Amino acid sequence: MNLLNLFSTKTFPHGIHPDEYKAETNAKPTRRLPFAPEIIVHLAQNIGKPAKAIVFKGQLVTRGDVIAEADGFMSVPIHAPVTGIIKEIDIAPNPKGGKEPAIIITTSLDSGQQVPASDRYYDYQQMSRAELIKAVQDIGMVGLGGAAFPTHVKMNIPADRTIHTLLINGCECEPFLTTDHRVMLENIDNLLLGIRIAMKCVAAPKAIIGIEDNKLDVLETIKPHLPSDGTITIEAVETKYPQGAEKMLAYSLLDIEIPSGGLPSDVGLAVFNVATLAEIGALLPKGQGLIERIITITGDDLEKPGNYLAPIGTPLRYLLDFAGFQGVEAELILGGPMMGMPARSLDVPITKGTGAVLVLDKRATKNDEILPCIKCTQCLQACPINLNPSELGLLAAKRQYDVMEEKYHLNDCFECGCCSYVCPSNIPLVQYFRIAKVLNRERHLQNG
Amino acid sequence: MAKSDLKIDIRTSPYIRKAPSVAQIMRNVVYALLPLAAYSVYQFGISALALLLVTTLSCMATEHFFCWMSDKKSTILDASAAVSGLLLAMTLPPGFPLWMGAVAGFTAIAMGKTLFGGLGFNVFNPALVGRAFVQAAFPVSITTWTPALAVDRFVEFIPSTLALPFMKPAATADWTAQVAIDGFSGATPLALMKFQGIMTDSYDLFIGNVTGSAGETSSLLILVCGLYLVYKKMLDWRIPAAVIFGTVISAELFYFLDPNKYPSPTFMVFSGGLMFAAVFMASDMVASPVTPLGIFVFGVLVGFLTVIIRLFGGLTEAVMYAILFGNAATPIIETYTQPRIYGARKKAKEKS
Repeated sequence: MNLLNLFSTKTFPHGIHPDEYKAETNAKPTRRLPFAPEIIVHLAQNIGKPAKAIVFKGQLVTRGDVIAEADGFMSVPIHAPVTGIIKEIDIAPNPKGGKEPAIIITTSLDSGQQVPASDRYYDYQQMSRAELIKAVQDIGMVGLGGAAFPTHVKMNIPADRTIHTLLINGCECEPFLTTDHRVMLENIDNLLLGIRIAMKCVAAPKAIIGIEDNKLDVLETIKPHLPSDGTITIEAVETKYPQGAEKMLAYSLLDIEIPSGGLPSDVGLAVFNVATLAEIGALLPKGQGLIERIITITGDDLEKPGNYLAPIGTPLRYLLDFAGFQGVEAELILGGPMMGMPARSLDVPITKGTGAVLVLDKRATKNDEILPCIKCTQCLQACPINLNPSELGLLAAKRQYDVMEEKYHLNDCFECGCCSYVCPSNIPLVQYFRIAKVLNRERHLQNG
Repeated sequence: MAKSDLKIDIRTSPYIRKAPSVAQIMRNVVYALLPLAAYSVYQFGISALALLLVTTLSCMATEHFFCWMSDKKSTILDASAAVSGLLLAMTLPPGFPLWMGAVAGFTAIAMGKTLFGGLGFNVFNPALVGRAFVQAAFPVSITTWTPALAVDRFVEFIPSTLALPFMKPAATADWTAQVAIDGFSGATPLALMKFQGIMTDSYDLFIGNVTGSAGETSSLLILVCGLYLVYKKMLDWRIPAAVIFGTVISAELFYFLDPNKYPSPTFMVFSGGLMFAAVFMASDMVASPVTPLGIFVFGVLVGFLTVIIRLFGGLTEAVMYAILFGNAATPIIETYTQPRIYGARKKAKEKS
């Protein structure tokens, strides 16, 4: 702690200040979305290995049943989001733009949609770390902040690492998104329970909830619920993109840098998203699987933007209908406007990693001509990792992908999009870097 | 059901942007240069106006011509050629023959910019390439300064202005003697310092109450115009700051050694084209480094070289060569000044 912290907001160098567009949805309580007539549950919902389907065509499944099981440690099971009949197991459009195997369920409209009581009840205080981590895997938990990395893998800290602080990421720095904000206001008990479970899993003595200072209502709401022993605290950091990146949050809150190419556990940290921990708090004690998630539906031409609790596998067509989408031409984005993925069709379903559906109409996303780099240095001053995007962009244009990786730290780029955001020449820098990374990976594979 | 004929646009993230376009940046630089242009016209009359127009039009015409030659969409609308033209005119003596100005404009764009591949690829500041060319080609004309605020400046051209192409311009000595107020010698403050050991008052230098190249005389006005661009985030303040810092410490060093022989840092900073060059020339985005440390090294180098050339070189005006040298050194400066990234590991650690 240095003295300067008393006078300034906690933050990290560089970054950008995009318009927030959060007012449309952040004051509206979360509402439950009805069940779509057909639910498309992808088997590959998480980073790592896809789950293996254990149901067959025509089988009746009840909401909450395991319909696909984990394929090894880097995988999580999938539970039925609705009660219904397995229509088929076939390839279906996925959020990544391709088609992948999915379980398609026809929702039973006549049967109730109760989740039957599970035979597994967990009391986290009585369980060992290994048992808890297994339980987190069994409920199919992945990082709900967008990456969909299996949570239990993250919790499985190597034996030679000690975690001194658990960071709970409630920054939600992407414009438009307000799910974490709502979770922190509406789900405080589950969140705190989830934090305690996670603290036990990673053996962390203390936990800090980090929020951006545009959500001070959360600070006021949560503070009275925090334990008096000071093991769990909440702190505000500057509202700045990409504050919610774990590297940035670690620096802002604790002045710690996560080493290049390393993990938070290298410096004694474990970082989880608030929505993830709130779901763990809600589901793990009951032994229930992750079958729905909170999602922000917002953007242009919508009658009812807001936060919805949506069953995993709900197709976009149904979501947008429900939100009263009126447009005829738009971009559909899964996630935030800075790092989200484009949806190719209305048949794409939401997955465990989908935090938002954003509709931007044509005028908001006008494409300008790409001009040569004029070396204005704006990208250098925006890059939170302090890379040299200008030079990286020039090298990408020359296809010197190896130099980008070896001399200019390409692999430290986490594609936050700040450089593209500020570029006066409209150079799609992030896209160049993605291509470079993929080609480098292919090259390394070929060279063994 | 949502309309199945919905047209979905597909792009990759980020989907939102907020940046001025290149054309907007260049146009703002033009706006920032206009007050300086106006002041030079006020000081030197229609000759300065004609020179500004000729170099600007020459630069833009050259840019258009080469775009047409190479079957590309004309890039004159991005205003970068206009910027080069204005910058060029302001570094020339106000009585510079117009045809030579046209040659300078052509050289600036053709050899300084198009040759390298146009905007974004030029190694040197195009305006300075043009000026360096005419400095070598027309050494007399480019060192012939005429007095400011001549009475008839708004109705009468300086005699040398209207020289015919490839003709030797009319001598201005007689005209100068005629219009000059008290014993004007046609020498700029820098020349006075160098050859006669006469120091001009710092206040006059700062306000611009002296003679010199068309747009370089008033440090005050240059700073105000520069601040406008800094406010608009279209000028990197670090470059002028580093150039001025480099000049001050280098000049201070010599001044400290022998105050009688060497001029004071204040004089160095406010005389000649230094302020103009620091604010508008060295800060040329394309030809200067992008790395934070590199920007500092570049600026200090330019400042240092300016002082050395001014004190020990054969020329009175030095900052142009200092910047061209700095431009040339930019790639190597960048190579050695890459920023330290977040979470960088110490190399020694990795190896051990």
